[in-house]
Amino acid sequence: MGISGVAVEAEGLMKDFGETRAVDGVSLKVPTGSIYGLLGPNGAGKTTTLRMLLGIIEPSAGSILLLGRNRPLQAARVVGYLPEERGLYPAMQARDAIAFMGALRGLPLREGQRRADALLQEHGLGDWARKPIRTLSKGMAQTVQLLGTLIHDPRLIVLDEPFSGLDAINQGKLETLIRGKARKGVTVIFSTHVIAHAERLCDEVAIIAKGKVAFDGSVDEARSRLRPIVRLRTRNRDGAWRSSIPPASREEGNDWVFELPESGPEPLLKALIDGGAGIETLAIERPGLHEAFVAIAGHAAAAAMEEGTAK
Amino acid sequence: MMGLLRSALVIGRRDFTATVLSRTFIFFLLGPVFPLIFGLVFGSIGARVAGKQEPPVVAVASSPQDFAALSAARDQLRQAGAGQQLVQLRRVEPGLTPVEESRLLQSPDSDVMAVLSGGLDHPRLTGDIDADGTTASQFQLLVQAARSRPVELQVSSIQRTEPSNTQARTRTGQAAQTLLFFLTMLLAGMTLSQLIEEKSNKVIEVLAAAVPIEAVFLGKLFAMLLASLVGITVWASAGAVAIAAFTHGDLSVLPPPAVGWPAFAVLAVVYFAMNYLVLGSVFLAIGAQASTVREVQTMSMPVTMTQLLIFGFAALAVGSPNSPAAIGGAVFPLSSSLVMVARAAELPQLWPHLVALLWDLLWVGLIIRISAGLFRRTVLKSGPARRPFWRRAPGVA
Repeated sequence: MGISGVAVEAEGLMKDFGETRAVDGVSLKVPTGSIYGLLGPNGAGKTTTLRMLLGIIEPSAGSILLLGRNRPLQAARVVGYLPEERGLYPAMQARDAIAFMGALRGLPLREGQRRADALLQEHGLGDWARKPIRTLSKGMAQTVQLLGTLIHDPRLIVLDEPFSGLDAINQGKLETLIRGKARKGVTVIFSTHVIAHAERLCDEVAIIAKGKVAFDGSVDEARSRLRPIVRLRTRNRDGAWRSSIPPASREEGNDWVFELPESGPEPLLKALIDGGAGIETLAIERPGLHEAFVAIAGHAAAAAMEEGTAK
Repeated sequence: MMGLLRSALVIGRRDFTATVLSRTFIFFLLGPVFPLIFGLVFGSIGARVAGKQEPPVVAVASSPQDFAALSAARDQLRQAGAGQQLVQLRRVEPGLTPVEESRLLQSPDSDVMAVLSGGLDHPRLTGDIDADGTTASQFQLLVQAARSRPVELQVSSIQRTEPSNTQARTRTGQAAQTLLFFLTMLLAGMTLSQLIEEKSNKVIEVLAAAVPIEAVFLGKLFAMLLASLVGITVWASAGAVAIAAFTHGDLSVLPPPAVGWPAFAVLAVVYFAMNYLVLGSVFLAIGAQASTVREVQTMSMPVTMTQLLIFGFAALAVGSPNSPAAIGGAVFPLSSSLVMVARAAELPQLWPHLVALLWDLLWVGLIIRISAGLFRRTVLKSGPARRPFWRRAPGVA
């Protein structure tokens, strides 16, 4: 258990690669037992941040406390890590690959093989347990690596772009698995450039853009940074009611779209009715994480995210 | 420390089984068969060529008595070790005419190089020979020996208390050093490519997140050492069987080493391991910088040349184990094992070996530490960025 219920804490992390600053003063606090997402476009510095948190690379500046240790490798036995670029020995049997990853984290080899057999069976890969990795499909190999990440029952799981390369069914399975682990008190950190995954899964997110944390907090907090959106359709195009909607309102088809005024929905409704708008439909929508991301990180970052998702 | 060794064991076990249980290991074990086959083929060709270079034939125009005396003198010289290049004798009747002599020497069918005439009292050698050459010198000795009275030489034989003299032990030292060098050269080079697999399969990321890089290096190094020792055991066993079959177990070719055969055998194995670990760790560090097999191949040539240089340096120490060159070679970590194995053959003290082994072990640890740091910095891009000094802000280290 981390100090004061914090599994991972980073303060002012910086990483320079030559003249390029990849991470610029990142500070994070990941609560124990939470699902924490690092959200940002490709090249934002998510992977570099994760690699520093895990002790794979040393930061150029800043401090890290991972499960109460300031040298992350000291906690390696209770940490599971799925890198962005998946890596397995092609000649190794699936069960041995999983057991090997467990052994690296201190799990005895025999016990690892026993657990690997059970896990493979559970995930429908029982028949592939003694097949070399090179004979497995890409999806199967990814599952094997994920199982290797979890084999030693880690207290902290770090997943770098875990959904990339998975089909919809396997993405769903992975989401279920992550939620299940979190319910058991395991802290899960994952990076993604797909906002929907973060929105569905995360208790907290850090939005990273150009190596900096633009936002760190709960998904609700991110969304509540924006005012709710009103979508209004009226029978009358003009009238006194027009003065009750903000001047920045925009037309989308037959609808008027604008931010809910600070006074709230009731005065707005009254003004619309009194002004003779002839309300056909009125919907008050809570902004999604996507809108919050655009507001926080900017349109350019959002466009980069969408480009990455399309790829 | 225990954690590091445990992690190294996990890495080493994986590497060892992956190497030894692979099909390619069979080819590795068969490796020495190919030079042996080449050796046998080219050896027999060489022997055939050498067989054709027979010593010159000299026709001796003399009485049967004189010829017998010359032949006896020739046999004596041959027994004394004059070798197979001793001139061959063929008797012809004395009193050859110049025409007959010329026919003997000039005829294409004749293999006679020279004719000895005039008997033992007035010997005269005629033919296509140099007055100061080998054939003339040999005949000078043969004629002198044939003319003198036989003298009985009394031989008193005494047994030396030492098992062999220094010069003979030097041969054992040289042989051990050469064997050690060749085995290390053949086997330690494999460590150059040891991290290519992890880098190309991206496994290095998984390893680096779980264990210290030092453990990865150490595990790989020991795995390859063990795989090499398996190979050497197989080759040595096969060699022993072959020697037993062909020489009926007679292995008394080399004089016994100063520390005795059992201690020498143990030291030779330990020094091989140490030489492998020191050189292997350097190669592993160099190879870890490479990203592709092609880069490794490019590196292997300078690495082999460096090994040859080190061997040349170590060879200077053989024959004078207390010379400055020998002590320098023993201190220099890359040549230490080669120098010390020769010393074990030449001098009986054991304590310098203990010191040398500890010294080597220290260097293995140091090289692995430096290699891991280098790997972290250059491959994993870890640590603070190094800016050129002219771009550093004033007052910033």
